Parts: sequence; structure tokens; C-alpha cells
Amino acid sequence: MKALVIGCGRVGSTIALTLHSEGWEVVVVDENEDALSRLGESWPGAFVVGHGMDTDLLREAGIEDADAVVAATDGDNTNIVIGQVAQKRFGIDCVVVRVLDPARAEFYAGRGMRTVCPTSTAIDALMETVRTCDVPRIEVR
Amino acid sequence: MYVIVAGGGKVGANVARSLLRIGQEVTLIEQRRDRFERLEDEFEHQVQRGDATELFVLERAGIARPPDIVLALTGDDEDNMVICQIAKEKYLVPKVIARVNDPRNQAHFDLLGISPTICATSSIMALVEHEVPEHDLIHLLELRKENLEIVEVQIDKDSPVAGKRVEGLELPEGARLISVMRGGQAEIAVGSTTLQAGDQVLAILEPGKEDELRRVLLSR
Repeated sequence: MKALVIGCGRVGSTIALTLHSEGWEVVVVDENEDALSRLGESWPGAFVVGHGMDTDLLREAGIEDADAVVAATDGDNTNIVIGQVAQKRFGIDCVVVRVLDPARAEFYAGRGMRTVCPTSTAIDALMETVRTCDVPRIEVR
Repeated sequence: MYVIVAGGGKVGANVARSLLRIGQEVTLIEQRRDRFERLEDEFEHQVQRGDATELFVLERAGIARPPDIVLALTGDDEDNMVICQIAKEKYLVPKVIARVNDPRNQAHFDLLGISPTICATSSIMALVEHEVPEHDLIHLLELRKENLEIVEVQIDKDSPVAGKRVEGLELPEGARLISVMRGGQAEIAVGSTTLQAGDQVLAILEPGKEDELRRVLLSR
């Protein structure tokens, strides 16, 4: 199984390392060469320097025979475009796109994109934690 | 007519200004504070500050009305694509026009069905190609919706069609000659028009037929 991870920040690098530890062949794409250091000293997978919207670069990274693509750059719109290119141009079924803005995440989810919104996830987790706190009930008059 | 202009750089601000001058209703959206403040002096309530790829910013600008046209003119192609998709598909805006900053992203705009698009680099290249003699077939205009394009072909002395009448040409299916430019004078190409070396011929054809047309007119 082969995965392409676009964007090697905190999120992308951890996903790449985790997928690799689970037996995936992983290719990481990032504009910034220094991002490679996030993968540790002995990253055994491939690392391609360039912009994820560059179709030639995606081909070079092996998108044509990828089973999964994760778009996790720091730009919502960049991820949204990369996700659609992966889905529509390269016909990849498993495309997962990070979108920080809940409104855009919902809109594109409604159009058949697997969006993951860390903002919504954080809100849910924070609310859940607040609710479990043992505080005196507020009396509603 | 109501127009939302996303992006208040040189392109967006000038388009907004021109639209206002011809009496149209405009809202300009600019994200950067410094730019916004400069624009506010001129455009007053007709400019709003925000990221035009955020739904609440677009809604504040009245996208739910919806406007007649949304112009996505920011300096970021991915932003322009998302603005157009949201406008067309969520708010059913009847017409969107997008600026392409990097011509390498044109294929993405096409893939997402965003049309028409304007790319300064491509327009400049088309004009430059027009001046370069080695280019025997020049793209002048793409009619994406019609799936047709207009090209110019330079007939030279080695061309197999020099001296032949248009009606006798075996043009590829889906291609027609439009006009012949000779000695600074353009003429509509009809069956009896005889082609000569030095003619500049305009042809309309389906995209992808250029090579066939080149073979017929230039045998190369």
C-alpha cells in the first residue's frame, strides 16, 4: 500500500511516520527541504521537494499508483485543490484533506471529499472536557 | 448589475473602479489590512475586509443575493478556485470569472470546471508567439464552452495548399477556414478563395485537431 503525504509540518510528518510504522510505503511532499528533519534522522521513505499543486511533481512522487493521498499543508485552499486533483485527475479513492475552517470543511464534505477539520475536533473535545468538569450547576431562573 | 470582486490588488481594485464608473453595484473584498485601509479611503463602504474564501465574509458581501457575477482576482490561484466553487455551487452565482496567476495551474481550473479564466502570462505569450516567425500555428482564442478554438496559420511557399482553392482542401473534420489576411487586407474565406504563400489564415477547429490542420496546410 502506497500513500502520498503532502505537507510535512507537525501533522503531515506524524501521519507519514505513523503510516510507515503500519507498513505503508510513504512518499512525503513539502515545499521546504528543511521539513525533512521532522521525519527524524533515518526516514526510510521518499521525500520530494516541491509544491503539491504541481502536477508533474505529483507524478514524480508516484501519485499515479498511490492508494491514498493525505493533503495536510498549512493552507486550506491548497489542500482542497490538491485533494480534488488527486480525486478527479488521478482517480484516487482514498483522499483525505485537512481543512481548518469548519465552514469550508463542511461544504467540501458535502461534495464528496473526505475532509477532516481539526478546529471542529478541538471544539468537540474541549466542550466534552468542560462538561465533565465537576462544577456547581448554574441555576437558571 | 451586482458584482463581488475578491482581491483588492492592482487587478481587483482597477476592475472595481471601472465597474463603479459604469454605474454598477460593487463590493470589493480585500484581506490585507494595509491594502484595505488604502482602498477604504477610495471605496468607502464598497470595500470589505476579510478572506474571500471564508463563507461568512462572502455572505457579509451579499453572496446569498446572489450577485450577477463573482470575480476571483486574488493573487492566489487556489483561493480563486475555491471562491469560484463556493460561489457557483453553494450560492448558485450565475457567472464567475477567475484570474489565473500561474499558467501551470490552468489545468486545475479546467479540471474543476471554472471558466472563463484570464491569465496574463498566457495572453502575453500568445501575443509574443504572434511575432515569432517560427511559430507556424498560433492559438488566438479558446472558446472553452463551445469546445472550439481559433488559430492563425502562416501559409509559406512550401505549403501544399499555396495556389489551391479553399473548396478543394481536405480539411480535418471539425475545422473550417474563417479568413485570409493578405497584404494587410483581411477577407472572409469562401470556397473560391485561392490561398497564396504569405497568407495568414484564421481557422476555427476543435481542440486537438491542430496537428491534422498543420499537416493539411503546411504538410509538417
